[in-house]
Amino acid sequence: MEKILEVKDLSVSFQTYGGEVQAVRNVNFDLYKGETLAIVGESGSGKSVTTQTIMKLIPMPPGKIKSGQILFEGKDIVPLSDKQMEKVRGKEISMIFQDPMTSLNPTMKIGRQIMEGLIKHQNMSTSSAKERAIEMLRLVGIPMPERRVNQYPHEFSGGMRQRAMIAIALAANPKLLIADEPTTALDVTIQAQILELMKDLQSKMNTSIIFITHDLGVVANVADRVAVMYGGQIVETGTVDEIFYDPRHPYTWGLLASMPSLENDDKSELAAIPGTPPDLTNPPKGDAFAARNPYAMQIDFEEEPPLFQISETHFAKTWLLHPDAPAVEPPDAVKRRMRKLSSTFDKPVLVKGGK
Amino acid sequence: MQQISKDKFQIVGNEGINSEKIEKPSLSFWKDVSIRFRKNKLAMFGIVLLVLLVFFAIFGPYMTEYDYAKNDLMNTNKAPSSEHWFGTDDLGRDVFTRTWEGARISLAIGVLAALIDFTIGVLWGGISGFKGGRVDEFMMRTADILYGVPYLLLVILLMVVLGQSLGTMILAMTITGWINMSRIVRGQVLSLKNQEYVLASRTLGAGLTRIMGKHLIPNTMGPILVTMTLTVPAAIFTEAFLSFLGLGLTPPLASWGTMASDGLPALKYYPWRLFFPATFIALTIFAFNVIGDGLRDALDPRLRK
Amino acid sequence: MAEKLLEIKNLKQHFNVGKPNLVKAVDGVTFDIYKGETLGLVGESGCGKSTTGRTIIRLYDATDGQVLFNGEDVHGKKNVSELKKFNRKMQMIFQDPYASLNPRMTVADIIAEGIDIHGLAKTKQERMEQVYDLLKTVGLNKEHANRYPHEFSGGQRQRIGIARALAVQPEFIIADEPISALDVSIQAQVVNLLKKLQNEKGLTYLFIAHDLSMVKYISDRIGVMYFGKLVELAPADTLYKNPLHPYTQSLLSAIPLPDPESERTRKRVSYDPSVHNYEDNEKVEMREVAPGHFVYCSEKEFKQYKNAYIK
Repeated sequence: MEKILEVKDLSVSFQTYGGEVQAVRNVNFDLYKGETLAIVGESGSGKSVTTQTIMKLIPMPPGKIKSGQILFEGKDIVPLSDKQMEKVRGKEISMIFQDPMTSLNPTMKIGRQIMEGLIKHQNMSTSSAKERAIEMLRLVGIPMPERRVNQYPHEFSGGMRQRAMIAIALAANPKLLIADEPTTALDVTIQAQILELMKDLQSKMNTSIIFITHDLGVVANVADRVAVMYGGQIVETGTVDEIFYDPRHPYTWGLLASMPSLENDDKSELAAIPGTPPDLTNPPKGDAFAARNPYAMQIDFEEEPPLFQISETHFAKTWLLHPDAPAVEPPDAVKRRMRKLSSTFDKPVLVKGGK
Repeated sequence: MQQISKDKFQIVGNEGINSEKIEKPSLSFWKDVSIRFRKNKLAMFGIVLLVLLVFFAIFGPYMTEYDYAKNDLMNTNKAPSSEHWFGTDDLGRDVFTRTWEGARISLAIGVLAALIDFTIGVLWGGISGFKGGRVDEFMMRTADILYGVPYLLLVILLMVVLGQSLGTMILAMTITGWINMSRIVRGQVLSLKNQEYVLASRTLGAGLTRIMGKHLIPNTMGPILVTMTLTVPAAIFTEAFLSFLGLGLTPPLASWGTMASDGLPALKYYPWRLFFPATFIALTIFAFNVIGDGLRDALDPRLRK
Repeated sequence: MAEKLLEIKNLKQHFNVGKPNLVKAVDGVTFDIYKGETLGLVGESGCGKSTTGRTIIRLYDATDGQVLFNGEDVHGKKNVSELKKFNRKMQMIFQDPYASLNPRMTVADIIAEGIDIHGLAKTKQERMEQVYDLLKTVGLNKEHANRYPHEFSGGQRQRIGIARALAVQPEFIIADEPISALDVSIQAQVVNLLKKLQNEKGLTYLFIAHDLSMVKYISDRIGVMYFGKLVELAPADTLYKNPLHPYTQSLLSAIPLPDPESERTRKRVSYDPSVHNYEDNEKVEMREVAPGHFVYCSEKEFKQYKNAYIK
């Protein structure tokens, strides 16, 4: 499959009064054409900063790309100027946000907001842009699009606004769509509709999607592959089945175990992850997760774990996969979901140098 | 791969680690504001300017041997010299002494006006916003009506009825001056009163005084402070303006306004008589304005681009 | 079952009464809450679940209806000391960990607010000791007392909010979406804490949320609200296994589960209120289809549901 995006060794920092916040630390990942990659992690894990960096939407200063490359279709977009980025944004890469109300312009008609990008990026005439806007609204499932194009955002309900946002984002046929918690603010029934819509549009337009969320249910629903972020780093990445049925990183275990299951009536205590996320002004030495990790080993407090490969597509950054590490049992809630996957290597393999 | 000792691979767990620990030093809101404020060079310049002005207002009149009200008809309209640093006026009074004597009055008027605006405005706006409904309607319409009264007419009326004095002047300025403050406070209170921390306080059984004093006012202090710092120069300017029109203080009392007013006819021949009071009015207003701006930026860093 | 702690009878909360934009946020809701139980209240935004909670605790004056706490009408009370007594018995935990703590107060002052209002500590030292105890109860410690809210993470702030509510030793706590703004890993912390406190102190909860899986985990019984009305009320497991009202069914079918396989095969049902097709003279009300399982339905639907239940 063709790679559309390669993020290599990306580090992003913010200068604040309290010191330098290392929001993203040496992140590597790829995205293939037409696939959905979900990035999961708690707030402050760096998931939003990573994607905003891809769009180059972080304010600089105080933000700064300390190192790394972002190859979009093989071309590095890190050195691009604002002017050059304008050609990429909206046309090649689009983004939808959590709160449709603040990301839509309240004084501009919905139709106009869709047309804007088309006229700017594709040199469309006003009339054909309007036709396309109506077509887009119909595509995202907004009834009576001919009338709706002339309405303002406040005349739309929450779910309809998010649909309109998607219409705006997809109007120019971008190759990559970044969705930053697009359904978090929505009710479950509306969320289900939006997720269905996104999957449907993806299959029609062959767009690649990076989907940021902290809801593992949503991840299971939309993702082909999953990257789990913690403390500014990707700690585990694999196909959706690998992450849900054969997770290896203790943080992923923690995430999965902290969710109650709808099916069984188990009322025993949830396996919460204790404590709070690390302060990235002073990232802890060794494994950032060590202080909250019941499986932490001495080495976790001293040295950063390397990346181990578990299958062709599955990587985890934890010392637990080291040959010398003792065999540990994941929490019960995780053990219940564990399966033997055919693609798994016999033994985890240490990944040498970077990726 | 380098060899790692096998002992390092013992599970030690996370028992006994205080993962709730906060590493950063504790920083209160006002400490944070002061750090940001001090980074603002222009605002700090305003502070320095203001400190100098206040210093001279206090000590200036004692620096010379002259009395601000004493005529010296032998030495009228003298140009600035080593004897009379800012020259003398048409009655031979020392302009330097009068300038700082005037500064006292001008600054006092500014500060007093700001304090009175603060007291009435915060109470009025706070209660209006918190009570809401009919109370709010009544209080705000009252303010609107007062605001609609032609200002100069009111001042002239007051001067006629109560006589020209410093007290009348301050009364005239504050009779409508607090309205702006009360509107700002009301707006803030309206948006804050449904914040969850206020609701929490209500469910705990807090009364009006506590909610106002502990929750609403402290969280409105930012905009209140900014408004106050901007009220001071406005009041100073109004005083100068009224005095200039002859509606202000009566001689021999000096304020920058009366001095400028006296100095204007002599502008052609004795420019220093207008120059000094006018310059200090401008400097004071400038100082307060940059401080106000600096405060606003420090209080709400998102506003700054 | 145990004794009733709270009886909510035909509670109504209408906004903008007498104006064209009348909103019937809560429109005739009736339910009981038993001592020591957790009653979950779910529904989509705007269904009136939060308004119900806020009306119960008197943040709003009810348009109509009664709230009985231990048999006493909460909304009839007028004098200050009686109200204060009531304020100590019923407390609330709020949704937004960022908006629910006053940014200008230290954590100690925030937690001690109830202690101060009700004069529960005689000396400064006693006050601080109570604060330290409360901090310990919610898994924080002494060192946190003199810090300001913005220095804490969302989960820590939520625990501070819980400590504030506990300071007056309430019997009943309304938790208004206490976890929906938190990360998954932190949600479990807060839910575990709430459960622990319930066991230790015999608290009763009204747990308002839209995250159905957490609600099911923490609740003994669950009520489902739709447009100001309670449409179904049943024991938690029953509601998930045998949802009767079509709205409950659609809500349950929409929850994404953390299991890719079931997600691939999931079928969503949508709810269309016109399926009921009620006639004008039909009486639609809460009816008990099975013991403890109430559904808002008409006589005709009631029979259908009953038949479905037997199968």
